[in-house]
Amino acid sequence: MLAKRIIPCLDVKDGQTVKGTNFLQLRQAGDPVELGKLYSRQGADELVFLDITASHEGRKTFTDMVQKVAAEIDIPFTVGGGISELADVERMLSAGADKISINSAALRRPELIDEIASHFGSQVCVVAIDAQQGEKGWTCYLNGGRIPTDRNLFDWAKEVNERGAGEILFTSMNHDGVKQGFACDALNRLASMLTIPVIASGGAGKMGDFRDVFAQGHADAALAASVFHFGQIGIPELKAYLRTEGINVRL
Amino acid sequence: MKVAVVKYNAGNIFSVIHALQRMGVDPLLTDSPMELRNADKVIFPGQGEASNAMHYLRERGLDKVIPSLTQPVLGICIGQQLMCCHSEEGNVDCLGIFDAEVKRFVPVGHEDKIPHMGWNSLQIITDTTRTSLKEEDNKSPFKDDLEGLFVYFVHSYYVPVCKDTATVTEYILPFSSAMQKDNFYATQFHPEKSGAVGQRILRNFLEL
Repeated sequence: MLAKRIIPCLDVKDGQTVKGTNFLQLRQAGDPVELGKLYSRQGADELVFLDITASHEGRKTFTDMVQKVAAEIDIPFTVGGGISELADVERMLSAGADKISINSAALRRPELIDEIASHFGSQVCVVAIDAQQGEKGWTCYLNGGRIPTDRNLFDWAKEVNERGAGEILFTSMNHDGVKQGFACDALNRLASMLTIPVIASGGAGKMGDFRDVFAQGHADAALAASVFHFGQIGIPELKAYLRTEGINVRL
Repeated sequence: MKVAVVKYNAGNIFSVIHALQRMGVDPLLTDSPMELRNADKVIFPGQGEASNAMHYLRERGLDKVIPSLTQPVLGICIGQQLMCCHSEEGNVDCLGIFDAEVKRFVPVGHEDKIPHMGWNSLQIITDTTRTSLKEEDNKSPFKDDLEGLFVYFVHSYYVPVCKDTATVTEYILPFSSAMQKDNFYATQFHPEKSGAVGQRILRNFLEL
């Protein structure tokens, strides 16, 4: 049976990993290649590297890092951040990434999803969606959660699916950094309406949150950062726990 | 040991090369029939679309060379599929090493997502039931101690269980996750992306 996946996410700025709390403050947490290797040895099922650098030099550093990751790490990895056209995708895949993740670029020009799927295959294309639940329901945000759009989460997710994305990485801005559990209701609704896998992000605080996101949210994978980076939850103990809770994970 | 990796128009060949380099092997990436024949081991990797891949192989005469190789050959992912008789992907005749037809997954329930992507487990078909294996040639990279272990898959087409099946994995239905016939071996999964288990399988192959 296909296993549920545990995915540590590494935010990378100028070659170093960082992690924001509620997307704003940043704390230092190590060398991305070494940290990725450590997670791989501990049983992470995939890795995500997000480039949060804005500068041209930073982009170059990130591409170099992707090449190092590809040479040294033997599990699949996704890269995201600053990918806005096919040439960016091509550059990341040539550097050795297995998948790429797009976010704001897809909201600004949804055809990019169709283009990536037809050029490189759906399995390469992860569409990340940052959304916040407010008075008008779930709204999608641009630029790392800074700019609201008029897009509804569920409408956008359906369109992303139909345009040929391979996976959706959904981050609940209400839950991100709060460590009180994932957005299981919204995730469950996404899982029941989509035909592609959903990666849940935002809200992991304790091991039970991961059980809930799989058992109640019906997510295919769960992504987290700080609980792993700061050692609050170890991946081996998390997977052993999930097994005892009846969740099928790779041990 | 000379290890050749078949060069053709399939993506992600470099992940196989990196995996071999991590194991201390520096492979030769080539589409030269002579270099492929002279290698101790040949790896036929890739991701891609079957009919385009077959077109490239035919243009270079590799559709004749690969089935005639006598050293151990390992096909990976689309490599395994191209080693079969025919693929539904682009409705194309393939290399005909394994007597099997490649089919597209058809979802049965809502939870059946295509492609089959992620980590899934291996069920080893023991050598005695592998009918195409000769008694005296009882070698395999797919050893019994891999039973139940997880490997990484990304694919929308599959090879049904057949007489050349070496390991079975279940997704929607049981399918051939690894195959073996004479000197030809193949995996539907990506050993180069399957962590320590994948490295064990690659090492088993290199030690044949």
